[in-house]
This record gives sequence, structure tokens and C-alpha cells, in this order.
Amino acid sequence: MSSQIQSIVEKYGNDATRLMDILILITKEKGCVDSNNITEIANQLNISQVDVEQTLSFYHFFSEQPRGKYTIYLNNSLVAYMMGRAEVAEAFEKATGTKFGSVSNDGLFGLYDTSCIGMNDQEPAVIINGVIFPKVTTFRVRELITAFRAGKSAQEVVNSYGGGQNQSLLIKSMVTNNLNRRGPVIFSDYKPGDSLKKMASLNSKEVIEVIKNSNLRGRGGAGFPTGIKWEFCTKSEGDEKYLLCNADEGEPGTFKDRVILTELPHLLFEGMIIAGYAIGAKEGILYLRMEYEYLKDHLEFNLDEFRKKGWLGKNVAGIEGFNYDIRIQFGAGAYICGEESALIESCEGKRGEPRNRPPFPVQVGYLDKPTVVNNVETLCSVVKILLNGAEWYNTMGTIETTGTKLLSISGDIRYPGVFEIEWGMTIREMLEMAGAINPLAVQVGGPSGRLVGENEFDRTICYEDLPTGGAMIVIGEQRNIPDVVKYFTEFFIDESCGSCVPCRYLTVILRNKLQKIIDGKGVISDIDDLVNWGKQMKIANRCGLGQTAANPILSSIENFRPEYEAIIEKGKDFGTTFNLEAAIQESCREVGRFPLA
Amino acid sequence: MSEKIKFTIDGKECFADKGKNIVEAAKANGIYIPTLCHLEGIEAAGSCRICNVKINGKFMTACTTEVADGIIVENNTPEIQELRKIIVETLFVSGNHYCAVCEKSGNCDLQALAYRYKMLVPRFPFEFEKKEVDAYSSKLYLDRNRCILCKRCVRSIKTKDGKSIFAIKGRGYKAMINIDYELANKMTEEEARKAMDTCPVGCIIRKEIGYITPIGQRKYDKKPIGSEIEEPVTK
Repeated sequence: MSSQIQSIVEKYGNDATRLMDILILITKEKGCVDSNNITEIANQLNISQVDVEQTLSFYHFFSEQPRGKYTIYLNNSLVAYMMGRAEVAEAFEKATGTKFGSVSNDGLFGLYDTSCIGMNDQEPAVIINGVIFPKVTTFRVRELITAFRAGKSAQEVVNSYGGGQNQSLLIKSMVTNNLNRRGPVIFSDYKPGDSLKKMASLNSKEVIEVIKNSNLRGRGGAGFPTGIKWEFCTKSEGDEKYLLCNADEGEPGTFKDRVILTELPHLLFEGMIIAGYAIGAKEGILYLRMEYEYLKDHLEFNLDEFRKKGWLGKNVAGIEGFNYDIRIQFGAGAYICGEESALIESCEGKRGEPRNRPPFPVQVGYLDKPTVVNNVETLCSVVKILLNGAEWYNTMGTIETTGTKLLSISGDIRYPGVFEIEWGMTIREMLEMAGAINPLAVQVGGPSGRLVGENEFDRTICYEDLPTGGAMIVIGEQRNIPDVVKYFTEFFIDESCGSCVPCRYLTVILRNKLQKIIDGKGVISDIDDLVNWGKQMKIANRCGLGQTAANPILSSIENFRPEYEAIIEKGKDFGTTFNLEAAIQESCREVGRFPLA
Repeated sequence: MSEKIKFTIDGKECFADKGKNIVEAAKANGIYIPTLCHLEGIEAAGSCRICNVKINGKFMTACTTEVADGIIVENNTPEIQELRKIIVETLFVSGNHYCAVCEKSGNCDLQALAYRYKMLVPRFPFEFEKKEVDAYSSKLYLDRNRCILCKRCVRSIKTKDGKSIFAIKGRGYKAMINIDYELANKMTEEEARKAMDTCPVGCIIRKEIGYITPIGQRKYDKKPIGSEIEEPVTK
């Protein structure tokens, strides 16, 4: 038994629900979790090896094989491609002498694709050994690889610091905030700690009442009323309750939480304390995506400051008997963990597979205890609502969607970044605000949302009309819609947990059909097939990922059907481009016989 | 005493005991709702999605939903039949299913459902995904070409001290069934047989013993799937 693995497992109390932390730490120290490590972990935790492997193999940033001294994860989101990812990828392959998905012969470099890393406003972006390198060019690629060959560490080749807290000693990152518009809620000025004083003057019921009256709805995208969610949780049996903050932010095109976590961690933590107080939670957990690991020290420092001030720990904010602390739980690369029940599974050290409902997390959640899962932005809004009152909040937004929303806008625009707007803005106004350049379409709410065209630009951003978690990808007229849709569909294929049959494989079938059309081999019935098969996704799958995985296909055919019709074989019922000779060549070679000419 | 609950399936008045899921409740009323991942007596997974029904107008999996008073269940509608057929066809193209040479032919739920939904050939193109066969454990081999990832084995086959013998590895379309050799090698004859019987298709196969019941005399060779539930009522 290697003492290193043993001590890591012991560090987490030989607790199988902390398997994520165990695997993360081993990956950090040894570069991978090999088969010997798996055996040791299984023995130490007294679980079977396949149970260790099922978690290990689920997450993108875990591996059984070494991934190189420098592990390079290049974002493969649509916007990365728009901003020149292809040539950057080629430069990486050339400079390292290895292909994507493999490690160079000398073991120095591992090259991997990765789903959106939350840097759509500064693409192409790459993560190397946890360090983010935004706005990468081919020149920069060569410079980086040369420096690594000379033995420099990833942090040593950071050559500029982004603004705000990005340049603080605890972050020292090249990432820029691109906070282009501060609004009256999230990014308005406030005095840290004031909301906790206010909280201490109210009982938990009164806090819930304020949030209910504000009509605040969850900002992750589903829009469930926050106050009602809290109230459900308080009504669930059991004295052990949990508050989880969803900072998984995996929807391609969203990056607003990154800016909050960088600039306003104290605002978020205050929100987590208020929510914890309201529901009577024992502990708060910030579930943070691994892509944002570069913010870890900064966040831990802020938590320590809170503890020193008496805002975390025993008798929080002077409230007798309110004992509450917050810990950070890292994910390891899985979009699906942004789904609240998958997030809970992941926190328990398991595969991030969504649970069946009912029971809902507010009834049976983390460790089977009543649990509230709230988005980062939701919890930040809570602080300002408590400080300024529900009435103040209700003056902003629309009737059913009060307050403000952070939009992460990227793509073919002049000013990519985060914009805080009041709900109710039209898409057209938004495009003007962000300096869109000849927009053809907007992917509202990321791939799981809706692809809207000019005919829908006057729709308003709010739950009554066009709901969104805030990811807005602007697609300029030079782009090709079927290609865009293919990127999104491939994203869903990569990120499906694989549990539900239609999500696991119908997505693959749809992608292949789309490829057929893109290759010019489609006929009119292929477009109809996409629609008819795509519709099944919505009704057949368990969770939001599966239900929305065909949205890009369906909404693009609805709004941009001519773009598909333009590239199919016209007037044909079936494809006529099949080349029989080419198709049988390999078999002919194998058997050494060829058809007579 | 258990309380009787009244509800309807496709307009037919039904009664069931409280706490039953809709698959079981339907069964008690002579109505068959197809299942692949569900196995009575173990926790429902709701992953194959073939038991999708409409409950009060909303799609839900019958295996994961408890019966409730007054609910209106739609089961045998064209929309739902179409979805079920699509799921069967998706499973056929996502694996490599050659019934003619499969030890489970006639005892296979997937094959039987394909007959039920009158599948002649899947509407989707075959992809012939490469799958690895795993024959390392001493009593069982896994033919992943046939696995439908229903997780019946994952949920129900455990060691005496509760350890998993089977689990899923990987995610998405690359997910596959994985077996713990060490624990599998310690299985008794009876446990190995149970593992094979638990598998609704021909993925988990008992080594060295095979074709004891000739093809043609097996479960679904004699009567179509679902008939054991539907027949007593129709007669």
C-alpha cells in the first residue's frame, strides 16, 4: 500500500462520498489515477474497483493514463472556432509534435479538446496545468511551447494580468473581466456585511417572506421562484439541511459567474449565508467547475476573512445557535453537473447522472437530506434584495420576471463580455448594446436554448417571452447555420451522461444525419427526419440536457430552413451521390478480385 | 391494510395499492407497459425511457412514478407507441445485435419488444460501433455489443457485503458496462446464473454452459412479450 494514496484517502476521512476530492488530489500530485491507485483507493474505502472507475471515467479532467507534464486543454466551443481555434490547434500539434487526444512521445505534452471553459469573451482560450491562457494566437503557441521545453512552469509564462482582482496576488491571471455594463442589482455598490446585520434582525421565515415577495426566480435558466424553493425545503422533515451553490456554469457561452467569483466573492458568500440561514442549513457547499480552479486561493482567502469576522463558523453574525460554514467542492469537467440533481450526485463522489424526480432535492438531496441548490447570480441577488427590499426589486424588470439579469454575450460582436440588464430588453436592443456586426442569428441561452433569427429579434428577454440563463452567442451573417448547429449537437454528444437511451445515442444519429446534409448528400426527407427524430428528445429524456439537446436542430430548421434546403440535392427523393465503386474498393483489395470494367 | 387507489389508463378504470409504481399498477389491471431497465424488486432507474407514458398530459416514466388517486394515464396512443419504437430502434443501431447467433435469442426482452413494435429494420442507419468483449472473469463474459446499459446488473448484483460487481465506465455514447473481476470470480454458480438472467439482453453470458433450452422453445418463442399480463383479461 502506497502511503501517499493512503494519506490522501485518510485526509478525506476514508469517506467514499469525498471520492471527487480524493481523485482530484491524486490527479494533482501524480498526473493521473492509474490502475494501482484505483485498487488502493477501493481497498482503503472498502468499495469495489468498478465503483472507483465509474466516477473516475465520468469526468473529463480525470484519466487513468498520464496526460503529459504539461496538460493542454484547448476549448472547442463554437466561439473558439469563430475566433480562430483551428489554426491555434494546428499550431499546438505542430509545436508539440503530437495530435489532439494524445501525449507526445517524450511525455512532455498532452493535447486535449475540452468543452466551453467559460472564456467565450476571450477566445481561443486554453488551460495548461490549471492556468488559463486567453486570446491565444499561433505566435503565442510557439512561444509557450518553447518556454515549456526550456522548463518553465505554466504560471511562469503568464505575461500580463487581467484587470480587477485578476491581477491580485492570489489570482495573478491573464483572464480579463470584460464587465461592460454594471446594473442596479448585482454590480451596484454595497457595504460588505450590511446584509448580514439585516439578516440578524429577521427570523428565517421573515427572510423567506422578503425573497418570496421580490418574485426572484432562479438565474440558472429554469426560473423556479427562489423563495418558494426555500420554503419547500424548510417544510421537509429533518434537521440536517444543505445549501449548495451551483457554480458549474457549463452552458457554452456563459461566463458571468466567473466575473462574480473574481470581483464579488464576498457578495456570493453573503448570499450563501442568508440562504443557509433561511433554510436552516448545516453547511453550504460551493460547487465550482474545475475550469475555475485558478480562483481557488482567492475564494479560500475570502472564506477565511469571513471566518475571522465571525460571519462563518459558530453563532454566525452574532446569531445564537446559527452554526454554519462553507466549503468548496470542485467538479472535474462535466457539463451535466450543472443540473441540480447531477450536481448533488457529484458532491457525493458519484457519476454526475441526474436523479429521477420526485423526490425533489428540497425533499431528498445531498446525502439524502433536504437541499437547496441555487445559482451564483441568484444568491447574489438575494443580498441586494434583503438590503433594499422586495418593493425596490419589483420596480425592475417585467411583471413576471423582476430584477436584472447578467448576460454573457460573445461571438460576432465588438464588445464581448458581461452586461447586467433589466429583464425586458429586446434581442435587437441587446445586439446594439454589444455592438453586433451584421448579426444573422443569436443562440439565446446557449446550445440548450433557442436559435433565433431576425424574425424574432423583437422578442423580449424574460420568462414570459424568451427565457435565458444568460448565454448569448451572436452569429454573424458570414457563418453557416448547419455548421453552427453541428458544433452544438456535438457538444451534447460529448456531455451526455449516457443514462437515457435517446440522449445517449439519438444525438449521435442526429449528428450523423446533419453531417450527411452538410456533406451535400442530403435530400428533403433528411430535413424532415431531423425534425421528427429531434422532437422525440424533448419528450423522451429525464433531464434538461437530454430534453434540450435537439433544440439547436429544431429551432434552426424552424428559423433557417432555407439554409438547409440550399445544400441538399434538389428534387430528389433519395441521395444520388453514393459511389458504389469507392465503397467496395477496400473489400475488393482484401479479396483480390475486382469487378469487370 | 393497503389503501386502494382509483385511476384510469387509456380510459379504462383501474385500481391499485398505494405505493405501487405505474408499471406494477397497470400490470395488476391487465395492462402491459413495456420495460427494459426496470426490474421488479429493485430501485427504478428510469433510464431506458421505454415505459414513458403520459400522466395528466405530461410525459413521465411509469417505473419511477408512483400511482396516485385520479391520475389519467395514456399508454397505448400512436404518439407513445412511436416513441417506444424509436427507442427500440435506437438500441438496435447503437449496439451490434445479431439475434441469430445470440445465446439469449428467445429470452431477450429487446428482441421481443422489436417484435411487439413490428420493427422490420431500424429506420436509423447502422453505425456498427466497435465494442469490446470482456471474457476475463472466470464464470461470466460480457458481450458489450449487446449491452443496452440498463444497469439492471449494476443495481441488483452485489456481493454479500454490498459491494458492486458491475458498474458503468465512461459517459455518453462511450459508456460501457464494467465488471470487477476479483469480485465476479468469487460469485457462486447460482449468483452467476442470476446475473445472466437479470440481463434483459445477451450481454452477460454464463461461460461454458449454453443453449440448454433450444431456440424455438424459449420464453418469447412461445408467447409474445406482454401477453402474460394482457391475456388473462382479453380472454
